[in-house]
Amino acid sequence: MSNQTEAEAKKKFSFGDFYKKLGPMVALIVLIVLVSVLNFSFLDPLNLLNLLRQVSVNALIAFGMEFVILTGGIDLSVGAIVALSGAFTAQLVLAGVPTLLSLLIGMLTGAIFGAINGVIIAYGKAAPFIATLATQTILRGATYVFTKGNPITGTKMSNNFGFQFFGQGYLFGIPFPVYIMAIFYICAYILLHRTTFGRKTYALGGNPKAAFVAGVKNNKMIILIYTIAGFLSAVAGAILTSRLASAQPDAGNAYEMDAIAAVVLGGTSLAGGKGRMFGTLIGALIIGVLNNGMNLLGISSFYQQIVKGIVILVAVLLDRKQAKA
Amino acid sequence: MQIDMQHISKSFGSNEVLKDVNFSVKGGEVHALMGENGAGKSTMMNILTGLLEPNSGTILVDGKETHFDNALEAEQHGIAFIHQEMNNFGEMPVLDNMFLNKEIKKGFGLIDNAKMKTIAQKALDQLDMKVDFSQPIGELSVGQQQMIEIAKSLMTDAKIIIMDEPTAALTQDEIQKLFVVIRKLRDQGVGLIYISHRMEELFEIADRVTVMRDGLTINTYNTADTNVKQIVHDMVGRDMGDFYPERHPKYGKTMLEVSGLTNDKFKDVSFSVRSGEVLAFSGLMGAGRTEIMRAIFGIDKLDAGTIKVDGKELVIKNPNDAISHNVGFLTEDRKTEGLILDATLADNIDLPSIDGFSKHGLIDEKADKDFVDMLLKRLNVKANGRDDEAGSLSGGNQQKVVLAKWVGSGSQVLILDEPTRGVDVGAKREIYDLMNELTDRGTAIIMVSSDLDEVLGFSDKIAVVYEGHLMDVVDTKDATQESIMTLATGGKNE
Repeated sequence: MSNQTEAEAKKKFSFGDFYKKLGPMVALIVLIVLVSVLNFSFLDPLNLLNLLRQVSVNALIAFGMEFVILTGGIDLSVGAIVALSGAFTAQLVLAGVPTLLSLLIGMLTGAIFGAINGVIIAYGKAAPFIATLATQTILRGATYVFTKGNPITGTKMSNNFGFQFFGQGYLFGIPFPVYIMAIFYICAYILLHRTTFGRKTYALGGNPKAAFVAGVKNNKMIILIYTIAGFLSAVAGAILTSRLASAQPDAGNAYEMDAIAAVVLGGTSLAGGKGRMFGTLIGALIIGVLNNGMNLLGISSFYQQIVKGIVILVAVLLDRKQAKA
Repeated sequence: MQIDMQHISKSFGSNEVLKDVNFSVKGGEVHALMGENGAGKSTMMNILTGLLEPNSGTILVDGKETHFDNALEAEQHGIAFIHQEMNNFGEMPVLDNMFLNKEIKKGFGLIDNAKMKTIAQKALDQLDMKVDFSQPIGELSVGQQQMIEIAKSLMTDAKIIIMDEPTAALTQDEIQKLFVVIRKLRDQGVGLIYISHRMEELFEIADRVTVMRDGLTINTYNTADTNVKQIVHDMVGRDMGDFYPERHPKYGKTMLEVSGLTNDKFKDVSFSVRSGEVLAFSGLMGAGRTEIMRAIFGIDKLDAGTIKVDGKELVIKNPNDAISHNVGFLTEDRKTEGLILDATLADNIDLPSIDGFSKHGLIDEKADKDFVDMLLKRLNVKANGRDDEAGSLSGGNQQKVVLAKWVGSGSQVLILDEPTRGVDVGAKREIYDLMNELTDRGTAIIMVSSDLDEVLGFSDKIAVVYEGHLMDVVDTKDATQESIMTLATGGKNE
């Protein structure tokens, strides 16, 4: 290749790089401006805080999904994990188990479900899509069995201050789930971008064979990554259960789709190996603003789905175009 | 048919890739095209076959000025280009691959398999080849697939066939078969343009040779009137001295000792390699050399046998175990196992060593960057910097990046599987020099190579594998092409 074409390729590449990094950010800002102009009350601090609280559930799941998708995998079971771990937590709280312990056990079960996904994918050599589709079905079924198809709720939950605080409380005027989201974002960011674990995640997604030859323990990595995804889903599940003061058998239904959408909107490649945690945070915010904005504008929920789908489609097509250029 | 390319120039932007180049080929000759990577060979062939437009110059076909708008037009004029990378669909049957997008149809849009088979068989008959048309093409050997490519060009009634590195992935046996076919085609009046890095093949098969360098055609010779030294000189623009640098080994203690290694690909393999030594592994393709190395490195499983590194017996369950005992392994196929092509050079190079850069759980970015930069410099990798994508580099530089990984991880035992395959002459020499430097500092090197010249030219000892058995380990200075080939084909030297 000539120097000139190399230089050109480099320029193009860095433009693509720019887009990958800042494209989602630009999209978010445009969206915010658009919604604000159409309805001033969007910028009301109360609404913004509410929006952040809404976003926190999806964002937490999406942080885990980011790791999974970076390996070239996918986790369809996260929504079912939200439901079942939430139901466990609710049942424990009702049974009088200390609140903190109930929350921790719920999160631990989420991590275990994730680890099971990982083992099936790593050692069973199963395609992540099918493996997690199966566990999604199993876990959702288990949730219905466990809850007998009815919401788990009771005064022991609605009167439990600590439990209520987890999803509904405010600290210095900011909803508590927003702190949880922020803390896990920082953890996930550091893990992905500042540790050897993160490097190996990228390597695994970029070329699993080469990663293995270079000493990466692929199976161990896969199990850990799905464990993280399961754990973060359970954290999201705990927030959701607390906010609703009940565990719904169909909680978290189709949450995997919003999480995947957030990851993809954030510029992460479904083929694995490319993407950033920051993008996923932005992606989750885009979906949050979209939901919140359309509600404010009084758009019917039926139309909302269509709009959301179109936005995702446009983002993916734009991304493809950049990748090809 | 005769083709004359006259005064061809081609620039990409301000960079001149071809500068007033002349080249000709006529029916009934094999014309070899030699040159380092980037010399302009591919560009010239792409212009000839209509894939690229020249900035100036003319192409004469049988004396008549001709212009091809695209590859299909060139094909219709009887010019076929067999690319180095075959774009076959492995799961698809042979016949479907041969007629992809050129299916012959009967009524109602149905495919006429019978007719296609007849035509394909006719082409294969010319090559004395038999295949099961319904077999998935991916199950054929690379050599057979190459033959299918040639058959495809015969089906289009090609008068000029361009072959780009056709022997890169072939066994010695398959190469000989290919040469028989090439000679046969030549005798039938087909003109062949033969692009290769392998010097010895050139003298075996070519009638004429044109050497290119930096976008210029340096010289065209009748093969009979020239020699290796002349051609290497033309290719690199200077004398290379001896093609292989001399070895002045100083041996230390035994670094790797294996005994009784067995799995389903090889049996009872025992050998050792000392600090400072280059032990070459020779043998035919498929003999099991690569498989032995993969098992030592923990990629494949061993059924029996012991491995001692630096005197300590080890159980190596995965590459991580091997790496932690300072064993490195440059795999045969750098694209699938050696590199993460769309990751940066930095992310590739530090991967085996990354755990060493962890400080309080976080990566020490500065030390990591310095480490990568030092290795890029030391191995003379030609790139813009550590943030280049690995896939954007030339073959030789990619190989240097893989080497940098293993040099950087502090390998005391370095297994190099085909370290110079697909690498141009200049980079080859650099790789040998690096190997010399490493052994001088006490590294033990195992070099698996299918290039017999290389094995004889740059090793201290040669281990020969035949059908999964280690036949013998001989001193390189006592070995000859014949003695190694005898062992490699299962014979015994008296």
